[in-house]
Amino acid sequence: MLRIDKEACIGCGLCEQNCAFGAITVVDGTARVGDNCTLCGTCVDNCEVGALSIEREQKEKGDFGDWSGVWVFAEFRHGRIAPVSFELLGIGRKLADKRGVKLAAVLLGNGLGDAPRKLVGYGADRVYVAEGPALAHFTDDVYGNVLADLVREHKPEIVLAGATAIGRSFIPRVATILGTGLTADCTDLDIRAEDGALLQTRPAFGGNIMATIVCPHTRPQMSTVRPMVMKPNGFDPSRQGEIIAVTPAPERLASRVKVLRSVAEKGEQVNLTEADVVVAGGRGLGDPKGFDLVRELADVLGGAVAASRAAVDSGWIPYPHQVGQTGKTVCPKLYITCGISGAIQHVVGMRSSDTIVAINKDPEAPIFDVATYGLVGDLFEILPKLIATMREKRA
Amino acid sequence: MSMKILVCIKQVPDAKDVRLDPVTNTMARDGVQSIMNPYDRHALEEAVRLKEAHGGSVTVLSMGPPQTEATLRDAISCGADEAVLVSDRAFAGADTWATTYTLAKAIEKVGGCDLILCGKQAIDGDTAQVGPGLAERLSLPYITCVRKVTGCEPGLIRVERLMDDGYDEVELPLPALLTVVKEINEPRIPSLKGKMRAKSAKIVTLTAEAIGADPAALGLKGSTTQVVRVFSPEARGAREMLTGTVDEQVAQLVVRLEKIL
Repeated sequence: MLRIDKEACIGCGLCEQNCAFGAITVVDGTARVGDNCTLCGTCVDNCEVGALSIEREQKEKGDFGDWSGVWVFAEFRHGRIAPVSFELLGIGRKLADKRGVKLAAVLLGNGLGDAPRKLVGYGADRVYVAEGPALAHFTDDVYGNVLADLVREHKPEIVLAGATAIGRSFIPRVATILGTGLTADCTDLDIRAEDGALLQTRPAFGGNIMATIVCPHTRPQMSTVRPMVMKPNGFDPSRQGEIIAVTPAPERLASRVKVLRSVAEKGEQVNLTEADVVVAGGRGLGDPKGFDLVRELADVLGGAVAASRAAVDSGWIPYPHQVGQTGKTVCPKLYITCGISGAIQHVVGMRSSDTIVAINKDPEAPIFDVATYGLVGDLFEILPKLIATMREKRA
Repeated sequence: MSMKILVCIKQVPDAKDVRLDPVTNTMARDGVQSIMNPYDRHALEEAVRLKEAHGGSVTVLSMGPPQTEATLRDAISCGADEAVLVSDRAFAGADTWATTYTLAKAIEKVGGCDLILCGKQAIDGDTAQVGPGLAERLSLPYITCVRKVTGCEPGLIRVERLMDDGYDEVELPLPALLTVVKEINEPRIPSLKGKMRAKSAKIVTLTAEAIGADPAALGLKGSTTQVVRVFSPEARGAREMLTGTVDEQVAQLVVRLEKIL
């Protein structure tokens, strides 16, 4: 439970302000905690006089001696390796070198071609490959069975996967099968110097706070990692690595789920979460025709098209393009907003982009609070000029 | 065909009216309102629609502090038949591992069901781990990010799942668990009759002991992960407002874009 040192508490109210659950109130100059405290720890880190603490029972540290190595799940779908896999090999290589252990990738699928070699070129010392028709389509059952079995057999200390539709779907099952902790959607990973533990940092409350999380009592330590955050190493065709074919038992390849069809959407439906440049439109575009300007700018910049919830709810563009709290989270190099006011629900999905350009007619719009560059003016004047100039430059 | 459907619901802090303070980069909120997690509302709506189409019942289940009752009443006003609240001080500090344990024990206690629906994720934690973890605890097949139910017949359900590069249509046997995205439906506004019913409905409340939970597996103590530090994200670099005529603003922007593209 949350302990409040009544002697130390000065009743400043910082904890009350910072509690997202409204669980703390200052009464007569002392903080009091209510039933709805979730022990999230935000107040403890915010207290300037150290009056708050969370009481924990000390558990015996497990013996993790035989758990060694860093693993990366390499995602393969519709004939290609998802780029996040190379990013995972980039951060995985760093972690493995810090720990002085090997870096391995696990690759599941059918018709994998030279994909295993590629993973070696991007930094894997070893690639476990299971290939066959039962793995042609992703199912949580079979992918989970195969990965969990391999982890049990080889005992890696760390297992990373992309925080993609696939990773966020089946990795929680693997962690549950293995009875270990999983941290979702990490944006930073490091090794704690004193005990070699994996420090997993992720945004919470829509990115309003960051939390660093450890998995102290069980192994492996598992994380899904947000795409576009980690940097991949360059491809080195001469890199040497071991490729190990794995043959799962037939009963582990039987899925309760039958994939009837798997549809990759082409053209403007490019994978938003993998794009370097994203152009997003909102209510300010006025109508579906206004959205054509967003598409045109995205096209000129070779980027993907995104939208605020308002634009999606108006039926101007389908839901897969929605960025924000009830849509996707993206962090491209460049995010351009057109006619988006910047409600927190949208901002949480794009605020970690490297550069944010905001175009809006209202100089008071909250979108300018997160913008790197702001343009105040009429979209229908600015966008055509921007499109024409960029097209000229890029020709 | 009559289906017993269970919907897992979480009460979360509302993000509405929350604005980031651009200077300190912290939350500026005017009083904390609690709401039903928006994704869960879509899960509830889909459950009620399935019930209306095929017959059966909808039970909503939540783990949370006593005030979660308000959210469960909200669910009843939107068409749920029964509501169960699992509430105990021992649950505080639960990570997704301890949460799925608790929910699984509660589901065993209230009796099995044909279909469990969850929102894709909760907007406070954003982990998206409870649905899949719960399914595995109950040995159920599951599909995440469902955007459409394309067929439902005795013992079988067909759905479209949203993927990063398109979608998959899949079929799975019941009982099963699905997590849904908001594209799946437009949730209804509670009817007057629903609101009346919600007011007087009895909410079943279960403690840790009532669900037969192992105390060591609950809350902070039963969690596999531990938060070691909470901090504010790095403030974004300084903002630059471009000035001048439209032509001048565009010209300045192009110079800056060329440096990063």
